[in-house]
Amino acid sequence: MKMTPTRRVTLAATAVFLLSLSGSVTAIHAIDRLQANSVPQQALYLRSTKVLRRLSLGYTGLLADIYWTRAVQYFGQQHHNDSGDFRLLSPLLEVTTELDPQLLPAYQFGANFLAPKPPNGAGLPGAALALTQYGIAHNPDQWRLYYNLGFIYYTELNDYAKAADAFKRGSELPGTNDFMPILAARMAQHAGEFDTARMLWFTTYQSTKDARIRQNAVEHLLALQVDEDITRLEQVIQKYRAQTGHLPSSFGDIERAGFIRGTPADPKGHAYRLMPDGRIEVEDPKKIYFITKGLPPGAEPPQPPHEPQPDLK
Amino acid sequence: MAIAAIEILDLEKSYLVGFWRKRPKLALRPLRLTIEEGEVFGFLGPNGAGKTTTLKLLMGLVFPTAGTARILGMDMDDPRVKAQIGFLPEQPYFYDHLTARELLNYYGQLSGIPSKERSARVEQMLARVGLSDSAGIQLRKFSKGMLQRVGLAQAILHDPKLVFLDEPMSGLDPMGRREVRDLIQQLRQEGKTVFFSTHILSDAESLCDRVAVIHQGELRGVGKVAELTSGTQGKVEIVFYANAQQVPTALTALGAESRFGGGNMVNSVLPEAQQDAALDVLRREHMKLISLTPVRRSLEEYYIQQLRPAENEEIRNQESHKQENQKNELREEASRKGVGV
Amino acid sequence: MNSNVTGARIGYIAFNTFREAVRDRVLYNLIAFALLLSGAAILVGEISIDIERLVVVNLGLTAVSLFGVVIAIFIGIGLVSKEIDKRTLYTVLSRPVRRWEFVVGKFFGLTGTLVVNTFFMALGVFLALVYVAHKFEPMDVWVLAALYFIVLQFFIVCALALFFSSFSTPLMSAIFTFALFVIGNLSEDLRGFARVTSGLGGAVATAIAYMVPNFSALNVISQVAHGDPVPGRLILYNTAYALLYSAMAISGAVLIFQRRNLK
Repeated sequence: MKMTPTRRVTLAATAVFLLSLSGSVTAIHAIDRLQANSVPQQALYLRSTKVLRRLSLGYTGLLADIYWTRAVQYFGQQHHNDSGDFRLLSPLLEVTTELDPQLLPAYQFGANFLAPKPPNGAGLPGAALALTQYGIAHNPDQWRLYYNLGFIYYTELNDYAKAADAFKRGSELPGTNDFMPILAARMAQHAGEFDTARMLWFTTYQSTKDARIRQNAVEHLLALQVDEDITRLEQVIQKYRAQTGHLPSSFGDIERAGFIRGTPADPKGHAYRLMPDGRIEVEDPKKIYFITKGLPPGAEPPQPPHEPQPDLK
Repeated sequence: MAIAAIEILDLEKSYLVGFWRKRPKLALRPLRLTIEEGEVFGFLGPNGAGKTTTLKLLMGLVFPTAGTARILGMDMDDPRVKAQIGFLPEQPYFYDHLTARELLNYYGQLSGIPSKERSARVEQMLARVGLSDSAGIQLRKFSKGMLQRVGLAQAILHDPKLVFLDEPMSGLDPMGRREVRDLIQQLRQEGKTVFFSTHILSDAESLCDRVAVIHQGELRGVGKVAELTSGTQGKVEIVFYANAQQVPTALTALGAESRFGGGNMVNSVLPEAQQDAALDVLRREHMKLISLTPVRRSLEEYYIQQLRPAENEEIRNQESHKQENQKNELREEASRKGVGV
Repeated sequence: MNSNVTGARIGYIAFNTFREAVRDRVLYNLIAFALLLSGAAILVGEISIDIERLVVVNLGLTAVSLFGVVIAIFIGIGLVSKEIDKRTLYTVLSRPVRRWEFVVGKFFGLTGTLVVNTFFMALGVFLALVYVAHKFEPMDVWVLAALYFIVLQFFIVCALALFFSSFSTPLMSAIFTFALFVIGNLSEDLRGFARVTSGLGGAVATAIAYMVPNFSALNVISQVAHGDPVPGRLILYNTAYALLYSAMAISGAVLIFQRRNLK
């Protein structure tokens, strides 16, 4: 085929187009990697929502959505980097909800991840409470916000009276969850019981679609199961000791005495370990998060690692 | 054998029109035409006939649906062609904020005229089109006629062998038209080939060696102007002074159609065969003969004939439309001058 | 074909574009800019304490950016269509000028205009800084980096405007270019969205996220207003990115313009 001048230009321009396209994508990746690791991006320059509101030229809904995405991204990224530094989560959520006070997922996210101690959250129960109360002021009909409020009082502040009050008020709202009145009732007498906590996390699981919040609830439910198992097993060991005068050397001893059937295992299928001093330990303390029992003496409760994130490469 | 200046080989163009660009509209039917070197060639046709489309195809501004052309012996999309041709588009405006001198200098740069020669050449061209005095004025203050002259200057600036002019006389006053005619004559004398489109037939008749008539995208006829207008009519025109306000009956008997000019002057047209008999009549009556000329067919007649039969009506419409346009142009020019000065 | 000649022609077209823009009073925007900035500097000097520098840098650089983008769009979209309307393109292309040379020359002419314009605006920003702060500080160097990034943004906007005007009407080109400018400023968030979306939607979102211009990283105005440094590697990457993206848009414009029938 004859190589006309036009064809030559077309070929050259196509080559330049494709090369510069791939080059620019590479450059964006390089920039993103650089920005993700640099301090400046962590600073949130525009914290005044009033200014932001004006700058958005009335498109506050869109801007709120953008900030909401940024909040989630920020949390994911910091979690991914295991930095435990979530300083910007609170202002990001604040800006988000001030731009769009009806953005309920933001409140839920705040209740779940602002209050818990690092590295699982920002460790700011006060900020979490303020955010939730701001949400209630703007959305008085949403039972979930009362649930969030009770949740924070219960899990982080252990203020069961205030938690009961929040659950009770939430249970009176339209469309409320069946567990709300029960939770309210249990706060008074059975606040420290496993069933109460289980019900709470189950409600959390039920009332959201956010994968991160659900995963968090599942981990807590598993941990509750382990804590409850170990509490029961240790009670059995005490009984065994009272009857026989010595500690069992294996689960077989206890089974033969008729206290249990089979070898007890954690919810992930790993057998519990009976220690010589009569304590119970989980097989691998790093595999089940948030447990308070079954740990080697002096060990910190394990925290979940960052959830798998699409790589930035 | 000399190479033809332009060899158009079945050049064809259709556009896709309509919202989905699916309906083809034929702008130029396959056109085959050869223009010899050194010719002044007129491309005639009513507005929308396909004249500008042909020129744009040759300039590489639009791409042919089929066919090709050779210019000065080279393929039409050969970049070397461009160095040897000049082009004046229809009703050019140019860059408003440049002066005539700057504009020509810019075009000289693009044409690759070496900087040593450039300014001399620019001045020469400005003088040639009579713009030396206004060379430092920005083009937005120029009248239409002046712009047309700038356009001509840029078309011949780089001394091209072949010049394409699209409607070079349109929108010009009689003086301007005369100047353009003179310029084309000069180009002919310099041995250049000139290919120009026009709808002003008298210009074509007085300038062209050959003309082609195109209508509705179709070539209707090509020929030498001398042949097209040669005395194939077989009639002569006699002009003489009659003795009184009366045409001699003997003359009328020869089949003459006569009318009075000023005073006793008479114009009579009669068959060529009766020429001698008519002269005898005049001599007998002692009337003074002023002239005797064979009646030639005008280019206009040829043109009309090529467009016939159905299109006569259409041409009249277009003529009136054209007049309307020219009026508008004049008005525009008047307001332009009013604001500009 | 001699490449020197090609380069010279591109240069001539670029210079002519620049001259047209300047004579068309494009630089008059500098007057508005100067008024805005001096007014702000005086006001800020009187009412705000400790944040004069912040306000002047923020306002000055934002104005430089917006003025430039508006100029880039409004000249850029007319570059090709105006030449067709006035038939000047016909007289240019009937000379030994290739269509791609015309496009590239126009691009350099327009960016040249903006660089000159930005130079004067930058001068204004620094004058205002001296006026409110009474001295230069080492961190003012980063203002230069921010200005450099703004010029890189102009390259991209010019290339986009030229790209759209190679096949579309001026109005549509203006709308497209401005829309891409806005979207481009949110490109980081767009890539964030794309990352959390999966399946076909995710693939489409990713493709779009990488095709739109990435202005987020080119905007460091607030950062330098607070006196934070701009990392050297960011300057390097941003330069590479802006040049590559412009090259992409320009080659796209060439590909389209190369085949266009100039009716």
